[in-house]
Amino acid sequence: MNNNKPNNSAEKKRSFFARLPLIFWQMLLLVSLFLLWHVLTSPTLLPSFYFKDPFKAAFFFGEPLKVLERLWRWFIDGEIYPHLWVTLVETALAFFIGTVLGVGFGLWLALSAFLSDILEPYIKGFNAMPRVILAPIFSVWFGLGIASKVALGVTLVFFIVFFNVYQGVKEVSPVILANAKMLGASQRQLLRHVYLPSAMSWVFASLHNAVGLAFVGAVVGEYLGSAAGVGYLIHQAEGVFDINTVFAGILLLTAFALILDWAVTWAEKKLMVWQPQSNESKHA
Amino acid sequence: MANALTLDNITCTFQSKNDPLKTYTAVKDTTLVVAEGEFVCVVGPTGCGKSTLLNVAAGLCLPSKGSVESFGNALNGINSRAGYLFQNDALMPWRTALENVAAGLEFRGIEKNETHTQARAWLTRVGLNGFFDRYPHQLSGGQKKRVSLAQTLIMDPQIILMDEPFSALDVQTRQLMGKELLELWQNNRKSVVFVTHDLEEAIALSDRVVVLSAGPETHPIGEYRIDLPRPRDVLEIRMTPQFLELHSLIWRAMKNEVLKGYEQQQTQ
Repeated sequence: MNNNKPNNSAEKKRSFFARLPLIFWQMLLLVSLFLLWHVLTSPTLLPSFYFKDPFKAAFFFGEPLKVLERLWRWFIDGEIYPHLWVTLVETALAFFIGTVLGVGFGLWLALSAFLSDILEPYIKGFNAMPRVILAPIFSVWFGLGIASKVALGVTLVFFIVFFNVYQGVKEVSPVILANAKMLGASQRQLLRHVYLPSAMSWVFASLHNAVGLAFVGAVVGEYLGSAAGVGYLIHQAEGVFDINTVFAGILLLTAFALILDWAVTWAEKKLMVWQPQSNESKHA
Repeated sequence: MANALTLDNITCTFQSKNDPLKTYTAVKDTTLVVAEGEFVCVVGPTGCGKSTLLNVAAGLCLPSKGSVESFGNALNGINSRAGYLFQNDALMPWRTALENVAAGLEFRGIEKNETHTQARAWLTRVGLNGFFDRYPHQLSGGQKKRVSLAQTLIMDPQIILMDEPFSALDVQTRQLMGKELLELWQNNRKSVVFVTHDLEEAIALSDRVVVLSAGPETHPIGEYRIDLPRPRDVLEIRMTPQFLELHSLIWRAMKNEVLKGYEQQQTQ
């Protein structure tokens, strides 16, 4: 049989070793980029070719060694943990609430033609609106704490998930639907056993984008007004021209965005075992 | 005794999707009666509205004119006495073979233990013992058809509607599936409406062959009783003189319609 899923550990191991050369090249690229950064910004290594002052390059672009040291100190001294915690909690809440609302409204509207006809221009309008601009308003409404950041993240996540669920429901195979009806499925059973699973592959394609945007919502919200979080740290550092700390914060955020994306991929693999391959054509 | 299915003078007209003023009449003034326990094959050229007839019988589609009765009751919504074997893949890809077969019983609210026991028995009966936990994409075309067959038969429908169920399979697999279908049917004779464009398949399986005209405005143009003795060996029966006689008789009636249907497809 054409069961080509690597579902035993031996196969998993082999695929890991097969990927080793690729991982090596990816690491090499990362290290070279840091080296390049280091060489170009170090005040002593190369004669300055753009700025008159040899320390100017480091002032504008930071120095990788100091950036890494900053990161190291954050974790060693434990200064970063409360901020990271706040940012991650905001991200997780925005992601969760936005996804649940998106799935709910997506199903509801996709199954009610009348309602979706009425709301269509409004939804398009809300989606086209640059919603990051709502951040200051949310600060006024919900205060400077976690709630305003979560609200911003939710507005970003919701639409991505919503549109994908809507599309997913519309694309349900009419044959599968007719078959389930012939097997006696009630409206409720159709929703639970046909529409929802069918929409799930679309939802997962959208979750990769959604988790990134939940993160954006949290950080932008913090950046614009807060007392904690990685966005807040970056904002503080910018205030005193501490470029190294700014870059350290950016690197930290990037790393965590990657980790969150991996988490989504992992969950997708666990929950979508029935899919032949990951659906590469379905992107949000 | 009430008939299993009575399509009384039905006409099905659809609105064209692109132009709401244009209409398309798929089926016109068609009457089809299927007795209880009878195996009827409906043959006709491709694209002649055979599936429309089945959809009407299943209650998935309302006729524009005419009435539908199943076992003496006028049809109102889904025909709950009917099982439907679709032409295309109708299995839920997110369910394993076992879960797919158990689905109908599960929708009835029967407990999981019971549904899975019955589903296992049915999968074994269609020759898929050991394939319980496969997802549809891990099965071959013939295996998927077997799962679909089990999924339909587990509901013990009084009438089974089949829409070119084996047309996507290769010739050998198709004949084997026909053989197995007849064996299953032989043990528990239900009414069957089997739509196909393959005349040989139709004669080999059925008690009666209904020939449809080319579409649009399809209607029956002939009915032939197939009095070949049962039980039949589908693989061998094609060689018997009786079979060949019936085949040439029906083919003479069908030929013109097939050519008409072919020309229409060329001009479209």
